[in-house]
Amino acid sequence: MKPAPFKYVAASSLEHALLLKAEHGDEARFLAGGQSLIPTMNFRLARPSVLIDINGLTDLAGIDRSEAAEIRVGALTRYCDLERNYDFLKSCPLFGDALPHIAHPQIRNRGTIGGNLSHADPASELPALAVAMEARMRIKSSAGERESLASEFFQGLLTTDIGSDEMLVEIAYPTSKPRSGACFREVARRRGDFALAGVAAVVTLDQQQRCTAVRLALCGVGETPVDASEAAASLIGTDCSDEAIDAVAVEVQGAIEPCGNVHATADYQRHIAGVLAKRTLTTALQRASHGV
Amino acid sequence: MASDRHDIALSVNGTAYRRSIDSRMLLSDFLRHELLLAGTHVGCEHGVCGACTILLDGVAIRSCLMLAVQANGYELSTIEGLATKSGALNPIQQAMHERHGLQCGYCTPGILMTMTAFLKEHPSPSEDEVREALSGNICRCTGYQNIVDAMLAAAEALRAAAP
Repeated sequence: MKPAPFKYVAASSLEHALLLKAEHGDEARFLAGGQSLIPTMNFRLARPSVLIDINGLTDLAGIDRSEAAEIRVGALTRYCDLERNYDFLKSCPLFGDALPHIAHPQIRNRGTIGGNLSHADPASELPALAVAMEARMRIKSSAGERESLASEFFQGLLTTDIGSDEMLVEIAYPTSKPRSGACFREVARRRGDFALAGVAAVVTLDQQQRCTAVRLALCGVGETPVDASEAAASLIGTDCSDEAIDAVAVEVQGAIEPCGNVHATADYQRHIAGVLAKRTLTTALQRASHGV
Repeated sequence: MASDRHDIALSVNGTAYRRSIDSRMLLSDFLRHELLLAGTHVGCEHGVCGACTILLDGVAIRSCLMLAVQANGYELSTIEGLATKSGALNPIQQAMHERHGLQCGYCTPGILMTMTAFLKEHPSPSEDEVREALSGNICRCTGYQNIVDAMLAAAEALRAAAP
């Protein structure tokens, strides 16, 4: 339960960190909060030969609300800083529901949003939120920078489209639109455990309380976060009756392929995914109509 | 691979230390093996059990999920710093003692450090909030009820003692 030997370098700047990554490629890993990387190194599931510590790069941390349409969150921003930023939670309400489910207070004091998304654990909440909110990832290398949509970013189990010389540096989240409501719910065996299934829903209504847009994403039921928005598209243009939401829940159950695990069979995961889809859509609709 | 040594300087419970260590040394092992502060316990070594919780600049963290080299320049607090030099228990320790909040005691250092940070930030917690705060610390004697009772009593004692 000790990491294998590696060379440790505390990066002095983002440029320094990216140059080191370009030099060492897949042999090197960035160390942010370490709450996923260090356990995998303790188990020796990960054996990087170079560890590039970016914790000193304070420019990578912080929440930028200077633009009305989107909030930009630095990759090194820790969960606890998101949790305590009420303006951020108001603009991105899914986070208020989801953050308390992420592990435990001690983990949230260290873990970072960029580390979480780069790790891309499909049972984790934040990848599903990124998909539901249609976040954009800003990715940098020493050669330049580019953007990746959340829908393209998560490519497989613990796999993203970040190249071996690149770093996720910032995430842009569109802010909540007028007459929109959002809700995240999950089921786990114990507080802080990985979700057996979790659902994030965002609903937007028009002046007549008819649905104009709906986003639905799930965690814990596949190798990546699952975008199930199409399963809910039948709600668009309707007043979202209970029967219509029940039909969406059935659609969602058909659209996912959970694998089952030691805590839950695939059938049980599919069952709770449907229940949670119904509950999150119902609550998101209430919040949208009450302007919460 | 040749060993990768680093010099670090940090403070633990107000005492300054300097050491030369391997980069792969976990902070939990550094406290126990290098500084001989074995009050910080090591349970799972992958961030699940909470036994190794310490304070890093006053913030509760898992010392098994941090490298010692990363603690360079920080102020750490561990279980050894809670009681006074004469051995008098602090109010949280006293409450654990009075309410029988420990059986084997293995999880206790992590619980005390977790709750030291929590009670500072939440002086009047509800029982639910205490349970939530304790959710990252596993007690395999399963004496949770007495721990919760002790923390509510400790919060009251700390409020009474506050100026």
